[in-house]
Amino acid sequence: MHGFIQYIQSYLDSDKTPGGAGNIFWATVYILLVFAGLSVAVIAMNWLERKILAHMQVRLGPMRVGPHGLLQPIADAIKLLLKEDIIPAEADALVFWVAPFIVVLAAFTVFVVVPFGPTHAITDMNIGILFMLGVSSLSVLGIVTAGWASNSHYPLIGALRSSAQMVSYEVAMGLAVVSVILMTSLSSEGGTLSMIGIVQAQQAQGEWFIFKFFPLGLVGFFIFAIAMVAETNRAPFDLPEAESELTAGFHTEYSGFRWSLFFLAEYSAMIAVSSIAVTLWLGGWLRPFPNALTGPTWDLVFSLFPGITFLFLAAICFYNTARMPKHPLFRVQTMGLAGFGVVLALIGLILFIHGVRVRVQDIYWFTAKVGAFMYLYIWYRGTFPRYRFDQLMKVGWKVLLPTGLVLLILTALVGMRTELWAELQGVWRP
Amino acid sequence: MTDPNALSPLDLETPDKTFLDANELVINMGPQHPATHGVLRVILRLDGEKVMGLECVIGYLHRGVEKIAENRTYTMFNPYVDRMDYVAAVSNGLGYCEAVEKLLNVEAPPRAQYIRVILTELNRIASHQLWLGTHALDIGAITPLFYTFRDREEILKIFEKYCGARLTTHAFRIGGLQYEAYDGFEKDVKNFVNFVKPKIDEYEELLTTNRIWLERTKGVGKISGKDCIALGVTGPVLRASGVKWDLRKAQPYANYKNFAFEIPTGENGDTYDRYIVRMVEMRQSLRIIEQAVEGIPEGPIMAKVPKVMKPPVGEIYHSIEAPKGELGYFIVSDGSTQPYRIRVRPPSFVNLQALDLMCRGQLVADVIAVIGTLDIVLGEVDR
Repeated sequence: MHGFIQYIQSYLDSDKTPGGAGNIFWATVYILLVFAGLSVAVIAMNWLERKILAHMQVRLGPMRVGPHGLLQPIADAIKLLLKEDIIPAEADALVFWVAPFIVVLAAFTVFVVVPFGPTHAITDMNIGILFMLGVSSLSVLGIVTAGWASNSHYPLIGALRSSAQMVSYEVAMGLAVVSVILMTSLSSEGGTLSMIGIVQAQQAQGEWFIFKFFPLGLVGFFIFAIAMVAETNRAPFDLPEAESELTAGFHTEYSGFRWSLFFLAEYSAMIAVSSIAVTLWLGGWLRPFPNALTGPTWDLVFSLFPGITFLFLAAICFYNTARMPKHPLFRVQTMGLAGFGVVLALIGLILFIHGVRVRVQDIYWFTAKVGAFMYLYIWYRGTFPRYRFDQLMKVGWKVLLPTGLVLLILTALVGMRTELWAELQGVWRP
Repeated sequence: MTDPNALSPLDLETPDKTFLDANELVINMGPQHPATHGVLRVILRLDGEKVMGLECVIGYLHRGVEKIAENRTYTMFNPYVDRMDYVAAVSNGLGYCEAVEKLLNVEAPPRAQYIRVILTELNRIASHQLWLGTHALDIGAITPLFYTFRDREEILKIFEKYCGARLTTHAFRIGGLQYEAYDGFEKDVKNFVNFVKPKIDEYEELLTTNRIWLERTKGVGKISGKDCIALGVTGPVLRASGVKWDLRKAQPYANYKNFAFEIPTGENGDTYDRYIVRMVEMRQSLRIIEQAVEGIPEGPIMAKVPKVMKPPVGEIYHSIEAPKGELGYFIVSDGSTQPYRIRVRPPSFVNLQALDLMCRGQLVADVIAVIGTLDIVLGEVDR
């Protein structure tokens, strides 16, 4: 028993990622954790999106299944799994069957390199960011095959739109990413493509890359932030599944479980690109002001945040429990909401324990930043009309791409300014 | 028409070879499609995303309203007209009642006229709100829909309090009104006017200067004033093309000549201008309502009309400015209790003719925008 605890302890105190340590068991545990966490996140996003969007649109959203519709995603999942699985007679059955899996695989695989903390990643590749961009762009293959295999007009047009869109926005996205990689090369360790290395470079240079060479970092961030919305086919760039034009775009012919795979993939892709943005520009797992507000007091203050967040959520639950209708019909729901609050409060209290607090805060800050992006996604959806196809292409090729190129050159020039200056002086004053 | 050959009928059987030897794509949009506002079916002929031409197939909501009229008395037919343009039922009722009144040679008393104008203008706002919500939804902005429906609810509440119905109101009777305005009607209307003014600003805040909205609507679905007249297009679509033609001013009916209001016109005849024209129209309707509610005279609400109506032999055409354009009723009377023939000139049906002209050479997404901006109601197109 003691040996087992020590075994676990050695994992927790290790300064390597499971992949880096070459430990298959440990890596498997991490993979399962990430997969489970991602599924929970998608379920939570489903509920949150509907609720937040509803409140933006002066309505309530799901209210019936569970208190404040908390069980709605579960009810939806059950409905989707029980639905008849239809493969249209005219469809190319094999490709139709494979397509959703390609999309899901691409969306999940990228999480192999996402760093939730300095050691909390399944593995740390030296080409991490390249891997992420490469694998996440594979999902376009799934979408195109889905549209093609459906053998129907709307999905076909949706697939065409989607492939053109994703390919063109990847270029701008790549340019923004390269500008960050140039920034990492200013660290003493030299440039890196590793996701963990990029965050460590920000730590070493003492600022998030969004503020680096103001406003260059900010511009790069904006290019990426726009391109990533287009990349995940979300509003205002949701042309491939534009409901009012193409009914449901590339997944028009899909139903039940296969459809839910597309849904799962879309949301995990959103989380994936958001985590790239967080890692590259917003300091990944670093807490706010890691260099300015140092010392044990500040460390303590910031490490209390996870617990406080959960207690706050619990407080919201309790407040709403008090506001529930007093009618006996609502008794179960009221108790359920209170119970949910108690669970959240307990998690919050556990997060105050020193050993947990210290280990969990990296994950917390990373998740909080990704969560902010998720909120942005919902906010966009509530605010913007949809771009037209030619306008989308125009924004991609005529605005983002040139801006990205200029940004790249400027970043290089500014990054090399001391060397350049020395060089110039050498030329002018021999 | 600028070029009559440009609108030759579509040959849907033999797809042409286009760029890179790709075949043209013929796709079928509707009758069950989220953005065709009911059961409109559009057959699109596409080159990639570009629309080479389209054809509307209508009739999925045909109920034979005009034929029904021939077997009903004048009074009995009155509720049927509400079912044509069901989002502007009050306007339909006004047009029909006035047409029959003209045939009978009676006039509704002033008090009835004022209340009619208030309800009709409220209905115009409700209709435009519904148009705005669905149009924005088609272009991809979901939020305005809920804002407009929230505010339209207040109008429907007033209708409900007045006559018990919300949508197909049957608010007017031939010769005036059946119901006196309920207690607090004026107050409700005034409250509504004050309530909705900032709300219209709110819609505009979401859309008018929104970059994406501008790009999606400016220069989309252009139609010139000349083409509008040639096709018989009326209403906001005509006015947005720069033709200042509003029947409330041009051939004043009811008592519209008593009220001061402007007729907004556009310049470019594109989707954005039509949007702006309708937004201004909502404000102008509020202006009319404000004036009317201040000046409701006392007096009877019903003119002297016989219980059994037997209009003299003859025919009459009467048209009003419905929210969507000129709504005309042509009634032939053979002197019996039932009309010999009623022909309705529905604005949506006539405006829909312009769809092909407005969409050629544009993209698929624009077809949706243009269907939205034409503001058609299929109940009225098919009757």
